[in-house]
Amino acid sequence: MNEVIGFIIIAVGLVFDLFGCIGLVRMPNVYTRLQAATKCVTLGTCSILFGVLCITGFGPTGVKALVCLVFVAITSPTAAHAIARGSHKFGIHVHKDAVTDKYAEEIDDPSVVSSGSNDQEEGETL
Amino acid sequence: MGRRIGTFVASFIVWCLLAYPWSEAGGWDWQSIIVGLGAAALVAVILSDALALRPAKFLNPVRWFWAAVYLPVFIYYCIVANLHVMYLVLHPDLPIKPGVVKVKTRLVSNAARTALANSITLTPGTLTVDVTDDGYLYVHWLVVESAEMKAATEKIVERFEGWLERIIE
Amino acid sequence: MVTLVYIAFGVLTLSALLCLFRIAMGPTAPARTVAIDTLGTLLVGFCAMVALQDASDFYLNVAIAWALLSFIGSIALAKFLEGKGFDE
Repeated sequence: MNEVIGFIIIAVGLVFDLFGCIGLVRMPNVYTRLQAATKCVTLGTCSILFGVLCITGFGPTGVKALVCLVFVAITSPTAAHAIARGSHKFGIHVHKDAVTDKYAEEIDDPSVVSSGSNDQEEGETL
Repeated sequence: MGRRIGTFVASFIVWCLLAYPWSEAGGWDWQSIIVGLGAAALVAVILSDALALRPAKFLNPVRWFWAAVYLPVFIYYCIVANLHVMYLVLHPDLPIKPGVVKVKTRLVSNAARTALANSITLTPGTLTVDVTDDGYLYVHWLVVESAEMKAATEKIVERFEGWLERIIE
Repeated sequence: MVTLVYIAFGVLTLSALLCLFRIAMGPTAPARTVAIDTLGTLLVGFCAMVALQDASDFYLNVAIAWALLSFIGSIALAKFLEGKGFDE
């Protein structure tokens, strides 16, 4: 019975992983890609690890899967927002028709933003 | 000193989880326990400044109770976020309207702000870009609903702030 | 059960190939960094599935070490993008 529940959770995690990576390919610029990839792949990997815990129970494998789940859940969003900050400082614009960009207005050196490279692939709908 | 003891206990618990099971054929696994004590002492001596500033917070059962209540709420928001991203990815037109908005938080401690930023990152359509020292967060929003600071704060921050204030602050 | 594990390997490999596509095509350095970070998290899931197939906990040690190392790598790449030295 636990095995069935575990495999269902793993299957849900796999679907989330796959859609996160499709989002990574389809989204138009760095920040939107980061959103899709981080959210979906983090929850997907956590679901896989939780499914392994359900299948094996609290043996050596299950306890290590739990520790790994906590590590991934803490480190992955932190890395994501380090990358978001880094790419803003690198000079990537938010979007070609962005509604608002308070960060560029208030924090960045204006010369960096205006001269930075634009990561917009025109009309990309892969 | 309390900080060192707190760091020591926390790192020893992590070691014990990594070295599970602790006993083989009836006896304790003394080798790994002694090495773990040594490693935890080393971490406590070197890194006690970098980790928890007030370890006494971890002994308060009320905080643990609120953390246990917050966990299902957080998982619910995570799943909603994933379904939202799946909807956007599968939609042929990619109905996104991105932008960076500025929001304000009333949380003060570093740990609480980190937890808030990570919660915002894992929940629907939002990603923390930067946190300033005076309590402002810059949040990348996938589908911007309002660019004003007050309305954005209501929509993004306030669903977590109350919980995190009770848990970590 | 063995079939399900193999299906899981197939889906994870497909996801990893999409990440590799983004690493190869990504027009700027931050886009590649995002894909590298995502690939690191995916491989943790891969290690967990290998551990399930082997019924041993060895590969989860690999997964834990990989999670921490990929986190440190992502932070280093982000600092590099910010244009700072690694010691700040």
